[in-house]
Amino acid sequence: MSNIAKAFDHGKALIPFITCGDPSLEQTAEYVRAAVESGADLVELGIPFSDPTAEGAVIMEADARALAAGTTTEKVFDLVRDLRRDIDIPMVFMTYANVLFSYGSEDFIRTSRDIGIDGFIIPDIPFEEKAEFDGFCKAYDRDLISMIAPTSEDRISMIAREASGFLYCVSSLGVTGTRGAITTDVGAMVRTAKKAQDIPCAVGFGISGPDQAAAMAAVSDGAIVGSAIMKIIAQQKPDTAGEVYRFVKELKDAVRSVQ
Amino acid sequence: MSKGRFGIHGGQYIPETLMHAVGELEEAYLKYRDDPDFQRELTDLYNNYAGRPSMLYYAEHMTRDLGGARIYLKREDLNHTGAHKINNVLGQMLLAKYMGKTRVIAETGAGQHGVATATVAAMMGMECEIYMGREDCERQSLNVYRMRLLGAKVHPVDTGTKTLKDAVSETFKEWTRRIDDTHYVLGSVMGPYPFPEMVRDFQAVISREIKAQVLECEGKLPDAVLACVGGGSNAIGAFYHFIGDPSVRLIGCEAAGRGIHTADTAATIATGRLGIFHGMKSYFCQDEFGQIAPVYSISAGLDYPGIGPEHANLYDTGRAEYVPVTDEEAVQAFEYLSRTEGIIPAIESAHAVAHAMTLAPAMRPDQVMVINISGRGDKDVAQIARYRGESLYE
Repeated sequence: MSNIAKAFDHGKALIPFITCGDPSLEQTAEYVRAAVESGADLVELGIPFSDPTAEGAVIMEADARALAAGTTTEKVFDLVRDLRRDIDIPMVFMTYANVLFSYGSEDFIRTSRDIGIDGFIIPDIPFEEKAEFDGFCKAYDRDLISMIAPTSEDRISMIAREASGFLYCVSSLGVTGTRGAITTDVGAMVRTAKKAQDIPCAVGFGISGPDQAAAMAAVSDGAIVGSAIMKIIAQQKPDTAGEVYRFVKELKDAVRSVQ
Repeated sequence: MSKGRFGIHGGQYIPETLMHAVGELEEAYLKYRDDPDFQRELTDLYNNYAGRPSMLYYAEHMTRDLGGARIYLKREDLNHTGAHKINNVLGQMLLAKYMGKTRVIAETGAGQHGVATATVAAMMGMECEIYMGREDCERQSLNVYRMRLLGAKVHPVDTGTKTLKDAVSETFKEWTRRIDDTHYVLGSVMGPYPFPEMVRDFQAVISREIKAQVLECEGKLPDAVLACVGGGSNAIGAFYHFIGDPSVRLIGCEAAGRGIHTADTAATIATGRLGIFHGMKSYFCQDEFGQIAPVYSISAGLDYPGIGPEHANLYDTGRAEYVPVTDEEAVQAFEYLSRTEGIIPAIESAHAVAHAMTLAPAMRPDQVMVINISGRGDKDVAQIARYRGESLYE
């Protein structure tokens, strides 16, 4: 067991996602610290991938910029070592199977534990393929975060039963990116999952601002916001860290207002 | 190990959103694979729409000129739409129709798979959208117009390297957006299970015919079968019914681009390593941290950083050989076959012809070689002219 459960100890959780290395790893460190100061309960650190097949345009472009700036898996590990000097909330990596596999899945997971990463969100590792990675996660007390989607239907119970850390509920069809409206009955998905296992459920994909974050938190245990934050970072206004701080705080306040 | 493995390769490495759709596809595929009505209808489409069986042509002039093995050409270029791609498209779209799908989406590299999909969609009355890298749209502008003429909507893909791999990624993404009424007609023996197995079964008609045709002409099995390999669908189709015949050498010809010691290559077996991408475990061209490499080949259809999982396993077990062929060698073969036999092959297929030109003289005159001419080269003429320094534009 990792520390992920702690993220859900103080009511509804706010989980920001930040792509590492966009526009530089030094700036990523500032943004992560800003997000943590404004009340984030858990941080998802994206390790950029050349071909992120679950991402919409915003995160895909962030990944491309990060890679063009020379970001590598090793440099992201160094970033985490630096962040862990003063950040004690849980942090997870969000990346793609080939990034782990290419590094050596066991080495990647062991190193992640050593530097203080609590778990992994790997969108191209579904339930059927998780054994290959989950064994190492268990051996090093890390959580491989399971995902359920609007199309999961009768798969939800099977997935939720074996989930650890928290369950990532994908709010809608398609890829990551902000949406005008989320029409899936997320509450029903969460209820089905909780019947199989009493595990924290956080909702991501398509959350554009505080109102949607509050709405998703209302029917689950937390909201995950990625593209909306990476849009702010992409703009690179003079005080981007301040912008990130203010936006994450708005999200956190909205989520906190929900019982 | 999960489903759909070829040795250690294959699997289903895709987002949860798509698992239901591939599950549904698997169920339909397993149900109809051995269904006599489905097979009868498919055979009827093969024979009366695509023009199968395709000819096996004895290349007498090439045989005499090279002075070695007796060379036969399997004429997949004579199929309707000009390539082997239609074999798979007819199979998948008939399956999609049986599944009640009304809309199909597909990626395309050179445009041949897109044209085949658009063609069958027109014939079956289905809605069709094609994703094609911006760079490939420019290399193959005639095919873009052809698809539009057939009633398909073509989306140029501007992400990444703007080629086949990005078109595959974008088509997978589109599938996650709209699954209910939509089938993804994946064009090669790649992606998550059941695609590699299903596409192979639809392409296996090629080797089934080659076997019968060679036995009839020569009274024995061929000694070597050659095919070009990108994702590997025409090659697996040409190899499949010979896998259990160890006397038959199976040779896949990869696109080496400007050479395997340069960065401008797409030769996956020669330069790639084991990885996980586009739904499968297989060999991929990638950097030391697993970032997929921006590959290059003169041939848009072979310009892909991976190879189908069954090929990866045929390589591991030593049952098939894979050789790199450069742009220059392929272009020379393109010109050679045009002059020698009056057959203009697709630049993809020319990669197999190029290796045959090296191999045939080293074989005995009583030996038999089959080259799969996976497509015709009309689409490539303007590009080859430009490669040779003529400013010819379509």
